[in-house]
Amino acid sequence: MTIEALLPLLLLLPLGGFLVTAFIGRRFGKSAHWIPVLAILVVWIIAMVAVANVLTGAAPLLPGSEDTHGYVAGPWAWIPAGDLHIDFGLVVDPLTACLLIVVTTIGLLVHVYSIGYMSHDPGYWRFFAYLNLFMFSMLLLVLADNWLVVFVAWELVGLSSYLLIGFWYRKRSAQLAAKKAFIVNRVGDLGFVLGIAAIVVNTAAAGHPTLNVRESIELLLAQGEANPIPLVVVALLVFAGAMGKSAQFPLHVWLPDAMEGPTPVSALIHAATMVNAGVYLIARANPLFASTPSAMVVVAAIGIFTAILAASIAMTQTDIKRVLAYSTLSQLGYMFAALGVGAFTAAIFHLMTHGFFKGLLFLGSGSVIHAVHEEQDMRRMGGLSRKIPITYATMFVGSIAIAGIPPFAGFFSKDEILGEAFKASFYWVWGVGLFVALLTAFYMFRLMGLTFWGSFRGPAAIWDKIHESPRVMTVPLILLAIPSALLGLAIGLPLGSSVLHGWLEPVFHHATELLALPHESYELFGVDGALILASVTVAVAGLVAAWRLFGVDLGRFRAPARPEDVRELSARPGLSFLYRASLNKWWFDDLNHLLFIVIGGRIAAAMWWFDREVVDGTVNAIGRQTVVAGRGLGRVQTGHVQNYALGIALGLIVIAGSYLILTGGPR
Amino acid sequence: MSDSLDTYLILSGILFAIGSFGFLARRNAISMLMSIELMLNAVNLAIVAFGVFGAGPDASAQGAVFALMVMAVAAAEATVGLAIVIAIYRNKKTPLVDEYDAMRQ
Amino acid sequence: MNLNDLPILTVVTFLPLVGAIVVAILPSSLTRQVAVGFALATWVVSLLLLIGYLPGRPGQQFQYVEQADWIGVFGIQYKLGVDGLSAALVVLTTTITWVSLLASWRPIQTRIKEYMISFLILEVGLIGVFLALDLFLFYIFWEVVLVPMYLIIGIWGGANRIYATIKFVLYTLAGSLLMLVAILATGFSYQAANGGSWVGAFDFVTLRDFAATTGFAPALQVGAFLAFFLAFAIKVPMFPFHTWLPDAHTEAPTAGSVILASIMLKLGAYGLMRFAVPLFPDAAHTFAPVVIVLSLIAIIYGAIVALVQPDLKRLVAYSSVSHMGFVTLGLFVFTQQGIEGSILQMVNHGLITGGLFLLVGVLYERTHDRTIAKMTGLAARMPLWAAVFGFFVFASGGLPGLSGFVGEFLTIVGTFAISPAAAAIAAFVMILAAGYLLYMYGRLVFEEVSDFLTGLGGHLTDMDPIEILTLVPLATLIVVFGLQPGLVLDLVRGSVDDTLRAAGSGAALAIAPELVIVAVALLVVGVAARIGWVLAAGRGGPPDAALVGREAAR
Repeated sequence: MTIEALLPLLLLLPLGGFLVTAFIGRRFGKSAHWIPVLAILVVWIIAMVAVANVLTGAAPLLPGSEDTHGYVAGPWAWIPAGDLHIDFGLVVDPLTACLLIVVTTIGLLVHVYSIGYMSHDPGYWRFFAYLNLFMFSMLLLVLADNWLVVFVAWELVGLSSYLLIGFWYRKRSAQLAAKKAFIVNRVGDLGFVLGIAAIVVNTAAAGHPTLNVRESIELLLAQGEANPIPLVVVALLVFAGAMGKSAQFPLHVWLPDAMEGPTPVSALIHAATMVNAGVYLIARANPLFASTPSAMVVVAAIGIFTAILAASIAMTQTDIKRVLAYSTLSQLGYMFAALGVGAFTAAIFHLMTHGFFKGLLFLGSGSVIHAVHEEQDMRRMGGLSRKIPITYATMFVGSIAIAGIPPFAGFFSKDEILGEAFKASFYWVWGVGLFVALLTAFYMFRLMGLTFWGSFRGPAAIWDKIHESPRVMTVPLILLAIPSALLGLAIGLPLGSSVLHGWLEPVFHHATELLALPHESYELFGVDGALILASVTVAVAGLVAAWRLFGVDLGRFRAPARPEDVRELSARPGLSFLYRASLNKWWFDDLNHLLFIVIGGRIAAAMWWFDREVVDGTVNAIGRQTVVAGRGLGRVQTGHVQNYALGIALGLIVIAGSYLILTGGPR
Repeated sequence: MSDSLDTYLILSGILFAIGSFGFLARRNAISMLMSIELMLNAVNLAIVAFGVFGAGPDASAQGAVFALMVMAVAAAEATVGLAIVIAIYRNKKTPLVDEYDAMRQ
Repeated sequence: MNLNDLPILTVVTFLPLVGAIVVAILPSSLTRQVAVGFALATWVVSLLLLIGYLPGRPGQQFQYVEQADWIGVFGIQYKLGVDGLSAALVVLTTTITWVSLLASWRPIQTRIKEYMISFLILEVGLIGVFLALDLFLFYIFWEVVLVPMYLIIGIWGGANRIYATIKFVLYTLAGSLLMLVAILATGFSYQAANGGSWVGAFDFVTLRDFAATTGFAPALQVGAFLAFFLAFAIKVPMFPFHTWLPDAHTEAPTAGSVILASIMLKLGAYGLMRFAVPLFPDAAHTFAPVVIVLSLIAIIYGAIVALVQPDLKRLVAYSSVSHMGFVTLGLFVFTQQGIEGSILQMVNHGLITGGLFLLVGVLYERTHDRTIAKMTGLAARMPLWAAVFGFFVFASGGLPGLSGFVGEFLTIVGTFAISPAAAAIAAFVMILAAGYLLYMYGRLVFEEVSDFLTGLGGHLTDMDPIEILTLVPLATLIVVFGLQPGLVLDLVRGSVDDTLRAAGSGAALAIAPELVIVAVALLVVGVAARIGWVLAAGRGGPPDAALVGREAAR
């Protein structure tokens, strides 16, 4: 059997798992996880075989391509609308393969982890059903070769995200967060759907309306200036979709709230996979963006602004999951910055490493939350490294990775982004990115310090009951720690022309040509070396600052936390405003509340008033006036025969008279 | 002058006008019925006059027949009308039509 | 016997009437079973019709045509025929009818016989409207629909039913009487052009061919189009003729709401597509910008007003206004994708909104209340209902993979080709729809069970088998049409081409700009005067956001 024939299974298995579990999962009780987990296990195996073949070049060449290896399945007809036929097929090319590695591996590990994490929840079966629905949607998203099918998957991941954020449906905050996530995502989707419509119109102008991703982009580029809708508009509309799903400013507000969902969900959907969809989308449409430099600048600017905004907020949050959520935003900002400067490979590289270490950190935080009895506030944690050593060790690896300390994975990908930005002459991106790297190291080790080092600040009764999570949860942590540590060494070397570059070159070479970036050789003992030194230096600086303020406890490295210094620093005149801004998330939630709930609500209420009083009021007034007029005319009907007779006589006179006048009298 | 059609028609018109004024202006139901009779007779006069001055071979006879017909109908009508007026009078205790507003309800 | 020899259209139209007579004769104990039986039989016949229908026959738009002289003096005929569009809508009608009758099984406990008779006669009218090919016959069926609906709302409706039903009937009548005048004017005009012969003066096919070749006089076109448009716009309903809808929906019994939303609103859209545009293409082109603007207003306005509705049924009613805006928008952009999307949206809206009203009805059966604020936490008490409700809510919100999405997407694409700005405004409803739907869903289903619901105790049971049975066909079709929209699109392709050809043959009539300016000025002055009047009369200025205040205070 060929791999192509197995591709549909990647979708059908999770879909089947979802349907079976959703309809009859309740009867399975505590064994409801078997079908979903096994489905994802098989998916993982199939995906890994396919990925290995694609990346090593063992797979056949894609149709219509000279250098890209991959698999295709389909196409199947979906919407036949006149001359626009929307079909969908599945494609595994190197880019999809990279995404498959992240999605299926982390997906599988999160499924396994959830067996332990959700074991006491009454909605156990429901949770696994939703997870499989999500896996189906996410796999559809990365496999689809058609814009509209991508959009379908786009909305379906949104749906699964809605269901999973609102999983604990009795909590009002969960309901509101789920709603917020869906609606904010819809704002981005609005742009995306218009972008798709624009693509239809443009390709129709080229004589062949199509929504196939590759074909349509080729047509659009070939048409150039002759497109009815300018390419830069199309690119920005598509980017709007990406902004929503990947929570880029100003649509970033939903992601922190999404932490209301169970922690495995935060790890899988809101850190490692779904939020990467925007990055994937732009990487997929890379020639489109590469041909519109102004759109690229917008992408870079939004990305790097989100990076610094989110990092600044992450510095003061006290909820462990929210710190990680803002950190995710910030890292996604990095990826968009990379896309914007034309470093597509670096963006995908960071996507992969970030998927692993952020997934690890979230699952670790879940383990912490479990250990301290569903407490998420870091102010009531501390000193946990002694009680939960495996969680601690794995999270430490994750923190070092995200902080960008060599040779852990985050270092390679982040350094590549900064280096490429510098070399593409986006100095402002590089500068801000460097500063964000400092903040990243700082807030991550603030988190570590508050959580694992120092002394426990929660109730003493809980301290005695804290214990390490069961093996079904710790093993995924360990398995995730391995790529977090080693993925950079595995695919990020040799520097400058890494393995990953080799894999993705066929996907991105068109864009690279369009961008016409200067091809410089990699100089480890020149500019590149200096850049590496700079980023490592700032990372270490951030780390040391965090250690000084929030303490450290690493064998001989030992320092107490200095909360009084933190208080003093945050009260300093210049810093106090920044501190308050960070603590209040730069007031974006309040702004949105004012704009959309208060003002928007008033507008809606006023419109309803308009509807009742003016539109419907007019209708009712016409009805009422008719009745009133009827009453008025009714008064003429006196009931007296003589009045009627008078009327008849007068009428007769008028008729006869006018006859005489009109005909000029009797002849 | 006295022997022309116009003279009779003018007389008929005057009678009709008096009748219709009576019908519209009088309040007593009996007077109104009498006014109706007056109008009918005005018409009769006109018909007979047309018959006498008409051109046909036996126009005069036709006019007379019509006039007799109208008289018969008028008699029947007056009977019915009087019956109704008396019925209402028994009910309302008044011959004045101002009080008759049953049609309003 | 050959299927084609059977007068299948007459059978499908009048079978419910036979059912009504049988129900009237038989004893009351059998009423429900017989009525549902006849509805199912009609449904089966309509399916036969669909099976026998051959889509895409070139040059032969209407099939199964039945023709007989009726009022020969004026060339009025009894003429029925079916094309893809009417076939789809007839099957939708027959399906929704038996679903509605089934949904009335438990809620309707008084005057069951009269209720069932009304419903079956209503079905006759609805099917007749979709099948009539003679303008006069069409008008007759159009008015037949009104009477049973008047009774259904007026007798079995809620507390304020008399107001709602009179408003509904008078409003619709006002439009349809103008339409009758327009039909007569059209007939007279054709008769004059046809050398005084009445033959074919009310025959749709003849008139359409005449419109496509010679064309009606500009003055007639403008007048007749406006009259037709008013009648249909009231039925759709388009802003600003929509206010009867929330009242009628709110007061109607569940099945009445379902029929109203699923089928009756389609009458207007069908009329526009079948009669108004092909007969008066020039006028249609002239007024297309106006209609598009009104549609956009309806789309956005309906959604915004839905955001603040405290009443469940009213919310769904306003969402109907918004969704039906897509139908008129798609039609009047005169592009292939637009019209296909428009038709698909008609079918989808019938299925989805019908389902939503059924679900609201299920809830109302148990709570006898429709206030959203009173009910929370239904997921805990009625999990199955909550899940099915979620399905329909997301279908209504245009979730891809379900049928609502395809219609909206095609409409947006079709509109985008004409005006990207209009498409953007229409697409904006994606956000608003998510807003009001998730507001409703989140409030009802999530959170702790409210005191009001706790007070109901054992009455708050989950859905029973009959209720599930009513929703299964709708849900199935929503999924099927979402995955295979081609089933509908291929069926209606011929109708779309015909409409497009007819519309394409029209050239825009010039309207004096002064007239437009005067009309707009009059409108603005009128609205301003009305607002001033209301404010002066002291019936309360615009309320503050007290209604949304609950959401705000979090």
